Amino acid sequence: MDAVTPFTPVSALVGGALIGLSAVWLMAANGRIAGISGIAGGALAPSIPDRLWRLMFVIGLIAAPLIVMLAAGPVAITIEAGPLTLIAAGLLVGIGTQMGSGCTSGHGVCGMSLLSPRSLVSVAVFMAAGAAAVFITRHLIG
Amino acid sequence: MTDTQTARPAASLPAPLAALGAGLLFGLGLVISGMINPAKVLNFLDVAGSWDPSLAFVMGGALAVTAIGYRLVLPRGKPLFAERFALPAARQLDPRLIGGAALFGIGWGLAGFCPGPALSAAALGMAEVYIFLAAMLAGMAGWRWIVK
Repeated sequence: MDAVTPFTPVSALVGGALIGLSAVWLMAANGRIAGISGIAGGALAPSIPDRLWRLMFVIGLIAAPLIVMLAAGPVAITIEAGPLTLIAAGLLVGIGTQMGSGCTSGHGVCGMSLLSPRSLVSVAVFMAAGAAAVFITRHLIG
Repeated sequence: MTDTQTARPAASLPAPLAALGAGLLFGLGLVISGMINPAKVLNFLDVAGSWDPSLAFVMGGALAVTAIGYRLVLPRGKPLFAERFALPAARQLDPRLIGGAALFGIGWGLAGFCPGPALSAAALGMAEVYIFLAAMLAGMAGWRWIVK
């Protein structure tokens, strides 16, 4: 069952701009790329001198929906994948982002803003792989 | 712990507080944009089916602000609460970059979660999110401890 979602260009642009502001602020304040897989993966690394700011960023990330829920009511999401798919997907996302040094935020937002060739290639590859995975699961075997 | 330098600016209070603020802004952006919803992400990737182009607008908004903002911030030479801008130095298009992006993309397309939205969605109290997060964090930690 594919859940149809409405096209929401305005909230998408506004939310995207907030993500951009976050990236600019983290660079201006701490000199860091706002790449979630780098921030989270770094926090999990064996020995690292700057674990605190990474954990604080993740706390902010998790606190944001709580604030929205307190201020504006429930945040509803739809997860179509079953438990085994979620485990496989989680492992692939975890390993893939560390192996490839970034995800939608680090390569997608920050790296493409810097016109990094590595980021442009990464985004092209993960977009294509994501679309292929969706096509196979929804249209070929779904 | 292994760091012997004293009085690291990044280890003082402003930098972690600035990171908390950045995380809050980022999370708000994920909720408002709808990126926190895996169904919306999967529908963006489903060009042949129930296509929802919203995610392209999220990316567009984020890129416009970041591209302009970085060009204002980076010429200042030094961040507010750290010694220098930590910009990635790697330049080569190696198999790790491409293989990693491919694995990540497949995982992203299977569940509709990338790392940011998955972490933010931990606030929603859904078992599915915790299953995904446990696997994702295990994958990240495994790579950092074993391979790197």
